[in-house]
Amino acid sequence: MESQTFQKIYTKLTNITKATVTLKASDVGYDEMALVHGRKAQVVKLMGNQVTLQIFAGTEGIPTNAEVTFMGRPPQLKVSEELGGRFFNAYGDPIDGGPEVEGEIRDTGSPSVNPVRRMQPSQFIATGIAGIDLNNSLVSGQKIPFFADPDQPYNQVMASVALRAKADKIILGGMGLTNDDYLYFKNVFENAGALDRIVSFVNTTDNPPVERLLVPDMALTAAEYFAVDHNQNVLVLLTDMALFADALSIVSNRMDQIPSKDSMPGSLYSDLARIYEKAVQFPSGGSITIVAVTTLSGGDITHAIPDNTGYITEGQLFLRRDTDIGKVIVDPFRSLSRLKQLVIGKQTRADHPQVMNAAVRLYADAANARTKLENGFDLTDYDERTLDFAKEYSEQLLAIDVNIDTDTMLDIAWDLFVKYFTKAEVRIKKEFVDKYWKK
Amino acid sequence: MEKNNKTTGKVAGIVSNLVIVEVDGPVAQNEICFILLENERLMAEVIKIVGVNAYIQVFESTRGVRIGVPVEFENHMLEVTLGPGILSRNYDGLQNDLDKMEGVFLTRGEYTDPLNREVKWNFKPLANEGDTVIAGSWLGEVMENSIPHKIMVPFKMEGRYTVKSLAKEGQYTVDDQIAVVADDEGNETPLTMVQKWPVKVPIKAYKNKPRPFKLLETGVRCIDTLNPITEGGTGFIPGAFGTGKTVLQHAISKQAEADVVIIAACGERANEVVEVFTEFPELEDPRTGRKLIERTTIIANTSNMPVAAREASVYTAMTLGEYYRSMGLKVLLMADSTSRWAQALREMSNRLEELPGPDAYPMDLSAVISNFYSRAGFVYLNEKDASGSISFIGTVSPAGGNLKEPVTESTRKAARCFYGLSQDRADSKRYPAIDPIDSYSKYLEYPEVQKNLAENMGDEWLGNVLKARDILLRGKEAMEQINILGDDGVPIAFHDRFWKSELIDFVILQQDAFDKIDATTSLERQKYMLLSVLDVTDSEFEFKEFEEVSTFFKEIINLYKQMNYSEFESDEFKKHESDLQKLLKTKMK
Repeated sequence: MESQTFQKIYTKLTNITKATVTLKASDVGYDEMALVHGRKAQVVKLMGNQVTLQIFAGTEGIPTNAEVTFMGRPPQLKVSEELGGRFFNAYGDPIDGGPEVEGEIRDTGSPSVNPVRRMQPSQFIATGIAGIDLNNSLVSGQKIPFFADPDQPYNQVMASVALRAKADKIILGGMGLTNDDYLYFKNVFENAGALDRIVSFVNTTDNPPVERLLVPDMALTAAEYFAVDHNQNVLVLLTDMALFADALSIVSNRMDQIPSKDSMPGSLYSDLARIYEKAVQFPSGGSITIVAVTTLSGGDITHAIPDNTGYITEGQLFLRRDTDIGKVIVDPFRSLSRLKQLVIGKQTRADHPQVMNAAVRLYADAANARTKLENGFDLTDYDERTLDFAKEYSEQLLAIDVNIDTDTMLDIAWDLFVKYFTKAEVRIKKEFVDKYWKK
Repeated sequence: MEKNNKTTGKVAGIVSNLVIVEVDGPVAQNEICFILLENERLMAEVIKIVGVNAYIQVFESTRGVRIGVPVEFENHMLEVTLGPGILSRNYDGLQNDLDKMEGVFLTRGEYTDPLNREVKWNFKPLANEGDTVIAGSWLGEVMENSIPHKIMVPFKMEGRYTVKSLAKEGQYTVDDQIAVVADDEGNETPLTMVQKWPVKVPIKAYKNKPRPFKLLETGVRCIDTLNPITEGGTGFIPGAFGTGKTVLQHAISKQAEADVVIIAACGERANEVVEVFTEFPELEDPRTGRKLIERTTIIANTSNMPVAAREASVYTAMTLGEYYRSMGLKVLLMADSTSRWAQALREMSNRLEELPGPDAYPMDLSAVISNFYSRAGFVYLNEKDASGSISFIGTVSPAGGNLKEPVTESTRKAARCFYGLSQDRADSKRYPAIDPIDSYSKYLEYPEVQKNLAENMGDEWLGNVLKARDILLRGKEAMEQINILGDDGVPIAFHDRFWKSELIDFVILQQDAFDKIDATTSLERQKYMLLSVLDVTDSEFEFKEFEEVSTFFKEIINLYKQMNYSEFESDEFKKHESDLQKLLKTKMK
């Protein structure tokens, strides 16, 4: 499908760098795809008759007389129902040994949705994980990353979120996945019997890093197909966006661009926003929800990648190991879902917002008490009670192995309030206290 | 920039949205041009000229553009179209009407008319034939969503003119001739209700611009009470992500006492704009009872829309604000976020291969920002006794939450109010997370503002505000001592001092933006609550041990919270208040 007979073949490269080649050519469009020495490339600069191409797989071994053909089109993906259950590489070619997908050809990196045509996200996504549902409720059409250290079980949590979320389609965009993680996802999806509603675009650590740049666009083109053409609710999983950003910095560095903070390109914000903003609730009923992973180095969220991500996404989820209970929990302080206000107390029980805030505040008091304890001060009776509360709250609600419905989460929270505190200490609106405060 | 024939050119180079065009005639810096593709016209702006090469930033994706494609220059800078019908519209950064665009996705090269050319407005003349007029003089008015929209002599017209004829009261479209004016030499110019103005040039059709002196009511307690902004004032809200910048900005734009609100969503999340689109047509303006959307214009250039148009969007918003200010209206302009605008400047400066300043931002960043902020302000118009204002509040998204970064530093020099959002406060869910100690309003130092406050809020007001700030500061110091020495290592008075500051924090500073009643507080109520709380902090209480202090104050705070959630002076409010008085008596010395 790639080279056609009437196409002109160029064989004289004038410049070769680690990632790019330059040659004289005419009638080339910006962003157009090309084949250089059998490797896929894209036009990144046109200057007079000089065309600069970025070679995704790197330029190792490319000679100055390499064959170059232009494909006359931007990156594309063939879309149809056949995508379901299939695994592809970053170029959209099958890697599961199956046949080519037949379908309509779509350009990737499509235009933005007109903001006035967007609907306000309003559908609560239940995951059963109380650290998410109770404190950081997800909404369809939302975009939210896990900020996680590399040793945390983020891919596992993401897989359980995906499978419990009742999405019509799940699209996995894997960037720099280790082969083990790739197989993990494949297994989990297969075992859940959900494979036919999952489409995967995977760039593993075996593949050249720059190829990763194509993965989100591929995944989101497929997502838009299902959400727009079939009005489906699509959940897109992107892991790991930090490796995507690293690839951006490699390219910008090789293009001699002036780096801004943390050696990242000055356009990092726009580059990430272009991807995350594909999350949308369409007026026709379809939606795209993005759950991503951004790994942190040493937990530093001021680094340019998590920092820019945080400004774009609608909240973030932090995982943390709670040594008191020996489990990984969803950190209630640093995690945030910005869209939760649209559903909590509306699609969930009316007491949800106040219960959530009260519990987190009491948990914060427990953290202060712990600091006091560590500094060798005596604890008051209230301090002792907050510490006991915190342990049970963590065990019964924050731990990631919890799988219960939202009403149960709220009931557990009320039980804990009654067990450890007075009404004045909990400080919740009287109408709810009257209803749910049961001795 | 007057030229007879349009200059044309051909594309000679492309790097992302920077295109180099070889031109065959004169071009001007910031001139608008179009790249003529087969089926599309892509709008662009000249940002640099070297010999015959014009460097243009394209407001759209350049995918598929080829070398040699023709380009046509338009002889003018980026302009907005001004006339009745701008309110309640949703524009992109280039003032295209987003609602007129077809389809769910934006189409490249689609530009739509910002005004409705068919609708008829009821025009009422304000001037008389024979009057001498200048740019900005009011010729007549139409009612735009119940706001008197003045039809003015175009701002571009220089010198004095005489009104030769003026349309009679009646129904006209924006393009109908409503007046003819003549200059000294008798050259006549017909006028309609529409005029154009380049966005990067300030509209200066006013008499003078004094220092702002009137308080602008926002309904947000920790702004109005502690660090008030004025009509025509400037302020900025820096805060790391998750500290509540946007919620705070939306709260202000819903409640502030303004005739016209312009919201520039500049490079931020699309869903946040959708929230405004969804809520504003439903919500009522607390003052007029009309829908909020009727007084609001939204400039939506979200983060995934073209970067170059992001830069234009803040200027478009400011120019629309200046237009309404010239009608003698109070305009509130909100921009979220000015950091994204600065980043757009950085991306372009980078592609132009300019030598970078700090953090790779362009060297003139600070000048560009101050220049922009200086366009806000309170003005006396040339019309008799008329005044207007633009109050501007921008948010800043500091990289890594570090307030020493270039955009925050530059903005600090330009804006008079600083509402710093604190991560600690946000983490402990103390919203709005405006840091009461670091934040400031320079306006409190203006004698004219002090005088205005004394007239409206009473002579004691300023003193009380400063007292509340002192209590907060002393509470913080007490807290630090308690943390170092331990609960029982300090005198009980320290606990008392700390909890009195917590009382102000919980009752005055913290406000629930999602609660129907607590979300907005009138100045009258703010005054009442501050006096009430200060009565408590002035009282001396009898405590036997330190644990009693927190228990007692938590109960007081709880009752005050219930008051905040109740309608002002309602029975419920009064009941909580009387409970509170009883409770206070139990410990009073």
